[in-house]
Amino acid sequence: MPSLLLSRRDVEFLLYEWLPTQKLLGSDAYGDLDRETVDDLLDLAERLATDKFANHNHRNDVEEPTFDGNTVTVNEAVAPALAAYYEAGFGGLSMSAEVGGIEMPSVISQVIGMWFSAANVATSGYSFLTRANANLLMAYGTPEQIERWVPPMIEGRYLGTMCLSEPQAGSSLSDITTRAELQPDGTYRIRGNKMWISGGDHDLSDNIVHLVLARVPGAPAGVKGISLFIVPKKRDDGSSNDVSLAGLNHKMGQRGLTNCLLNFGENDGSVGYLVGEENNGLAYMFHMMNEARIGVGSAAVAQGYAGYLHALDYAKTRPQGRPVGAKDPNAPMVPIIEHADVRRMLLASKAYVEGGLALELYCGLLVDELESGDDPESTNLLLEILTPIAKSWPSQWCLAANDHAIQVYGGYGYTREYPVEQMWRDNRLNAIHEGTHGIQALDLLGRKVTMNSGAALSVLAQRMQATIERAKGAGGSPAMHAEALTSRLKRMLEVTAALWADRNVESALADATTYLEAVGHVVVAWLWLDVELAATGDEDFYAGKRLAAEYFFTRELPKVDSMFDVLAAQDNLYVNLDEAVF
Amino acid sequence: MKIAVCVKQVPDTWAEKKLRDDDSTLDREAADGVMNELDEYAVEEALRLAEANGGEVVVVTMGPERAAETVRKALSMGADAGVHLVDDSLHGSDALATSYALAEVLAARNFDLVIFGSESTDARMSVVPAMVAERLGLPQVTFAQKVDVDGSKVAIQRQTEYGYDDVEAELPAVVSVVEKINEPRYPSFKGIMAAKKKPVETLTVADAGLDAAKLGATAAWTKVASFAARPPKAAGTVVTDEGDGGAKIATYLTEQKFV
Repeated sequence: MPSLLLSRRDVEFLLYEWLPTQKLLGSDAYGDLDRETVDDLLDLAERLATDKFANHNHRNDVEEPTFDGNTVTVNEAVAPALAAYYEAGFGGLSMSAEVGGIEMPSVISQVIGMWFSAANVATSGYSFLTRANANLLMAYGTPEQIERWVPPMIEGRYLGTMCLSEPQAGSSLSDITTRAELQPDGTYRIRGNKMWISGGDHDLSDNIVHLVLARVPGAPAGVKGISLFIVPKKRDDGSSNDVSLAGLNHKMGQRGLTNCLLNFGENDGSVGYLVGEENNGLAYMFHMMNEARIGVGSAAVAQGYAGYLHALDYAKTRPQGRPVGAKDPNAPMVPIIEHADVRRMLLASKAYVEGGLALELYCGLLVDELESGDDPESTNLLLEILTPIAKSWPSQWCLAANDHAIQVYGGYGYTREYPVEQMWRDNRLNAIHEGTHGIQALDLLGRKVTMNSGAALSVLAQRMQATIERAKGAGGSPAMHAEALTSRLKRMLEVTAALWADRNVESALADATTYLEAVGHVVVAWLWLDVELAATGDEDFYAGKRLAAEYFFTRELPKVDSMFDVLAAQDNLYVNLDEAVF
Repeated sequence: MKIAVCVKQVPDTWAEKKLRDDDSTLDREAADGVMNELDEYAVEEALRLAEANGGEVVVVTMGPERAAETVRKALSMGADAGVHLVDDSLHGSDALATSYALAEVLAARNFDLVIFGSESTDARMSVVPAMVAERLGLPQVTFAQKVDVDGSKVAIQRQTEYGYDDVEAELPAVVSVVEKINEPRYPSFKGIMAAKKKPVETLTVADAGLDAAKLGATAAWTKVASFAARPPKAAGTVVTDEGDGGAKIATYLTEQKFV
């Protein structure tokens, strides 16, 4: 039975028929890795995700982790799932073989991760956070720190977290107050509270490795005074490191993944080990941000994709009603996929999730091309400008696919006996964590389009133009779509220039989220056009790609016109209003 | 101890199976190929026995070129080497021909133990292990839910409708296993990478010294005279209960020869 989590056919089409992944596999960096091996790995990921992760996704939701005042207990199915994941070797995806990792292209790791996200975003969350933690230490830890902390995290004996936010400082990291004081032995004592810590406490591993942002005495105010520390839950002798759980947060979704308020150093202080240099902590954390944000976007796609496939399966098998033109009330009912409105929702969802997958894999390959590509400078610029979109667009539109899935199921979709409402709740987080939708908008319009005098935007425009030229040459629908994209690209550049014309930051960024959404749709339209050019076969699969492109160009892309109109007007509606109106 | 484990690539369990119009054989191209599920248990048992007693596990398959995927999978689970019998003249072989070919390949390699899954999901005859044992002149201990090897003996619990029988045989022997026996391991990344470097012997019919006249569809002891697609599901029978629902259902079941 084809999986209802992700489409392997779509993944393979995008990797090998659309993107030049094959070229990457043949490169020196991945000498032993060929298509056959990657296929075997994807088989393994799909099977493990299906057998060991999807099997308790619902249980994770209805049987939340509990805290009895001393111990956090998570669902009993989580530990065997993680054990299988680490036994298979997935804990070391895209990490150096020297520390026991699996050296493989980022884009392949990303696909493997998506299988697990689609199956059970909560359980897989423990391992993803751990990998992010280990990756950061690989980049900035000392050899001793790497040797001590990374191998156990690759093997799953230790799990990891990222401790950034505090109760009073969420998106605004410049306001964190956790303190770190240097001790004569070179370690630090950490004291403070950290909020929203996913995987912050549990009974799943021998130790928990927290990466904690904190300030040393006398550190400069703001983000330039933040340092990064390794703070384990347990000290070397197995005793407590004075990291205590103040409480579990009870979330809308992703309930199987503990989310914690942690108190560091309430008694004798938590022992911490400085990573890199003092006051550089945020830079280290943000260096990994592109991949982390693409990871969030990928998880959003995975949730949306699973929702779409479930809705599609349901629509094909659920008989309800008759065609609008049917006269005979005794005629047999038809599967709901025959109703135009259901088809509308399914086609929209298809365009969102397959477009989102294309976006994420495109960005994933850019990460690889930073190392192996011909033009790393342009690649970096493109990755910079696409990252906020790769994070936000699926968080919004693949969530919309989850919303459609509930609607396709109708009343059943609204019940907890069917899986689609959980998918929506699980996915809803992705517009919030790793930088909210609004933060991404500020990043895109405030930083990325202006960086290097607009160099990133220029690279993006050049890439779009190249696709447009190819599409014009192809004629037919692609040529028509190229025309539609040309006018929106022009408008996007004009509006961007207009917003920054007077260099007034407040005014330029007043409606940044609308800008993010408009540019996101233009970018995904571009990718759909590029995908359409690769989808030339006769099979239904390719016809489906072409139809989804047609949907996107006729139903979605036109939405950006009104958004650009609003932006061009620069009416400062939100800046000028008096709060009293609320 | 040298253990052979025989595996078969079958159409994905969930796929709709089709017969080919030209020769009425199973259309293996119409669906993804996977390792026959019970053969995974056979591989697992072979690996466990080798781990416990020392020795080598050789995976043996007979099938078209893409059956090499199934050999590779067994190797990625931990088997040491593979033998793949692949030849156009094997196409359409029935159970007798299959057992002949496998027995010849196995006989030439002197295994202490030959392990099979007890049946394949495409043919579901459960006869090949017994036929191979007969051709090899070896004892067969089949439908094992537990296997122990002790010196020169193999002891199994043979699953039955009422429980199990304890059965023993001298080695070499042929064993078939049921799914209750173990939980097959997943391959690992390291296993997948290692599988690429393990030896796989690819044999034609001639290489294996087989008589092609005894193989393939023409040599099969049964012929498919004709076949038709399964008819679409018909409307069900509605029994309206007017106080006599039970009797009506009993009548229906009797008419349909269910009871």
